Amino acid sequence: MELRNESVKMPEAAADDTEILNPDHDQDDAETDKASKIAVQTESLSVFFNERPAIEDISLKLRRNRVTAIIGPSGCGKSTFLRALNLMHEMTPKSRVIGRIRIHGKDITSSSSVDVRKKVGMVFQKPNPFPTMSIYDNVVAGLRLNGKRRNSELDEIVERNLKHAGLWEEVKDRLKAPALSLSGGQQQRLCISRTIAVNPEIILMDEPTSALDPISTAKIEELIYNFKSEYSIIIVTHNMQQAARVSDSTAFLYLGKLIEFSKTRRMFTNPKEKLTEEYVTGKFG
Amino acid sequence: MSTPAKIYGPPKNLARRKFTNSLMITLCVVAGVVTILPLLYIFFYTTKSGLSSVNIDFFTQLPKPVGESGGGMANAIVGSIILIGLGSLVGIPVGILAGIYVSEYSKSIVSTIVKFTTDVLSGIPSIIVGIFAYGIIVLPMKRFSALAGGFALGILMIPTITKVTEEMLRLVPQTLREASLALGVSRWKTSLFVVLKTASSGIITGILLAIARAAGETAPLLFTSFGNSFWQTSIDQPMAALPLQIFSYAISPYEEWHRQAWAGAFVLIFLVFVVNLLVRYVTRSKYGAS
Amino acid sequence: MVILIALEMYKDSAESREMFGFGFIFSSEWNPVTEQFGALPFIFGTVVSSLLALLLSLPVSIGVAVFLSEIAPSSIRSPFSFLIEILAAIPSIIYGFWGIFVFAPFMRNTVQPFLQSYFGFLPFFQGVIYGTGLLTASIILAIMITPIITAVTRDVLKAIPVSQREAAYALGATKWEAIKMALLNAKSGILGGAVLGLGRAIGETMAVTMVIGNKAQIKASLFEPAYSMASVIANEFAEASGSLHISALIEVGLILFGVTFVINSLARLLIYSVTRNA
Repeated sequence: MELRNESVKMPEAAADDTEILNPDHDQDDAETDKASKIAVQTESLSVFFNERPAIEDISLKLRRNRVTAIIGPSGCGKSTFLRALNLMHEMTPKSRVIGRIRIHGKDITSSSSVDVRKKVGMVFQKPNPFPTMSIYDNVVAGLRLNGKRRNSELDEIVERNLKHAGLWEEVKDRLKAPALSLSGGQQQRLCISRTIAVNPEIILMDEPTSALDPISTAKIEELIYNFKSEYSIIIVTHNMQQAARVSDSTAFLYLGKLIEFSKTRRMFTNPKEKLTEEYVTGKFG
Repeated sequence: MSTPAKIYGPPKNLARRKFTNSLMITLCVVAGVVTILPLLYIFFYTTKSGLSSVNIDFFTQLPKPVGESGGGMANAIVGSIILIGLGSLVGIPVGILAGIYVSEYSKSIVSTIVKFTTDVLSGIPSIIVGIFAYGIIVLPMKRFSALAGGFALGILMIPTITKVTEEMLRLVPQTLREASLALGVSRWKTSLFVVLKTASSGIITGILLAIARAAGETAPLLFTSFGNSFWQTSIDQPMAALPLQIFSYAISPYEEWHRQAWAGAFVLIFLVFVVNLLVRYVTRSKYGAS
Repeated sequence: MVILIALEMYKDSAESREMFGFGFIFSSEWNPVTEQFGALPFIFGTVVSSLLALLLSLPVSIGVAVFLSEIAPSSIRSPFSFLIEILAAIPSIIYGFWGIFVFAPFMRNTVQPFLQSYFGFLPFFQGVIYGTGLLTASIILAIMITPIITAVTRDVLKAIPVSQREAAYALGATKWEAIKMALLNAKSGILGGAVLGLGRAIGETMAVTMVIGNKAQIKASLFEPAYSMASVIANEFAEASGSLHISALIEVGLILFGVTFVINSLARLLIYSVTRNA
């Protein structure tokens, strides 16, 4: 990861903290209970790899049942940010996190990663179904591995979640076929059913369509739109059109720092920061 | 482009360099051939002397006393199978767990130590392992036993299995581990049910290799399992084993016994060859592309 | 595990250690009847046979490794390395068996008379020809450790980036000169392989026991029978008379363990140092 924080002078992003913390501040005055509307909140979150900062001092409040997109050029730390939210950074040796992450108000930075990840599911860049398992087994893998084994119940869960991910009609006659026999787009939807089968409240998506063709991409984007009523979704994408299409609010990261966090519409039409404007209009990145 | 040529000029010693080149390359090819020769010779010779004595009797009969012809090594073959079974009970679980530990938890210092120790353990002479088994099993029991032999073979299997497990697990893509962890599955369940399962065919071939190697081990059995010329299937008694039988027949002065020993040697070589071929075939078809 | 083995052997050899002290290593008297035990002949036999084996095997192994990684066309490469792997997997008892019945007679009838008639003025090639003995054991050991050294050398050569070889070619080097450069770069790894092979040769038991002649003596001639540490354990352990005898054998084992442990650790560290940077 290429980071040259010291050499680049940031625009006055930090000074605007209070402003960008709350993209909806101009509309939220009617809310009586703001806290319950927040799905994920980070407070001065920094992640270090080998004592080098990958993201620095990011404070965000992401609302429930909304889609939040995280955009930025390669190496800006958007995946790092996402992976910190379900403590996946622990997989990387010599990583360290400071700051707080609150999921529905509860600080998770020191909780058990297993508990966190049951609530915060993740869909990865490349479809990664378990290669030794069938389609059926993939969907219930999370439940089975956590000890749920009643078969009648599982059948129902498989059907419900495959339907939910829009895959049921395509695979219902070959549930016992190996997962790898599916096409890339189908595999990704299988991974999504696998993720929602454990009943998460929040779904993290790390460039979920970057390995897929446009038609499969469209199907996934449709899913994301439909999922809004049930889940809070955070999606990392390098595709700004995608961010514009699927998300309600967007955060722009650059060189590990949060530059701007606004309503998506505003971000792409009338950004507050000059850097954001340059990025969304394709002047760099 | 004429400038460099002017500077370096045509090499004066080119002829000598070319000669050295051909000479050394020829020598390398010769080395290759020389190395293969003993293998082919051993193979050929064992087959020639052993094949004629490999028959039904060899697998079903007990050894006959000197002077009588016929007889077989049935007890030794069964003994070998039992010893390897006992060895597997020790070697496979320990080897796999150590392999998982080294591969999946590779950041810790402990795992580096485990890795180093298994590498070193693989170089410890098998006879030393035999003494070890003698010290902790034969001495307290006050007699030679299959248990001690199996234990020694088990220890000898550990490094091979650990190594293969580690290598196979490393081939499992990181994204699969993350997929499982992201479902809220704990670390050890991920290692055991997702990663290990994905790598299982490779690990099984590794176990086969370890078994083939253990099947030919003689030295550690000399004073643990000891050998026996009768039927013996209880594990707290001395037990025959194929390589032991080959050894005692080979150093005997009797022609008939030599023939039997060659037959045993043929069976062992055949086993080694088949297992290696199988392993090669399986790993090829699976990872050949990469 | 390794520590446990060391401790157990240390404990079990107590009797002999108390009896003979450090003299154990330097005494060449080994007599179970009078209960006089000294390990020098075994140490001698082990060291000489292993070093000789290494000397014979190293150039050949490097040649084979170069052949496999640089010269052979890929269609030969894979079956050839398979054969080398098999060579490593053949049980040592079969080497020993083949050694006494095929190789030793060959040595007795062909090789040793030849050496004696042309190089008989050297002390190494004098004396009665038995067939079995130090030289035969060394050659068998050399055959056995060649695959090990070859495998390590090949891996280390593979770890040297292609770009380095291309750089050499670009300067007008011949193929051998490019290879030589790669070998020089890989030398500590190759050394590691050699030491690993040495460790294996030192600990090898069955094959050596069957061809070395099993006579506890120290002679300059390579034709003379000798004895090795592993062989004496293999031969005498099961029928050792009296606890002092057993204890002495275990002490031999302890020495063997210590030596192979040090040698293997050294080899691994050398190999790690090369492959890690790759």
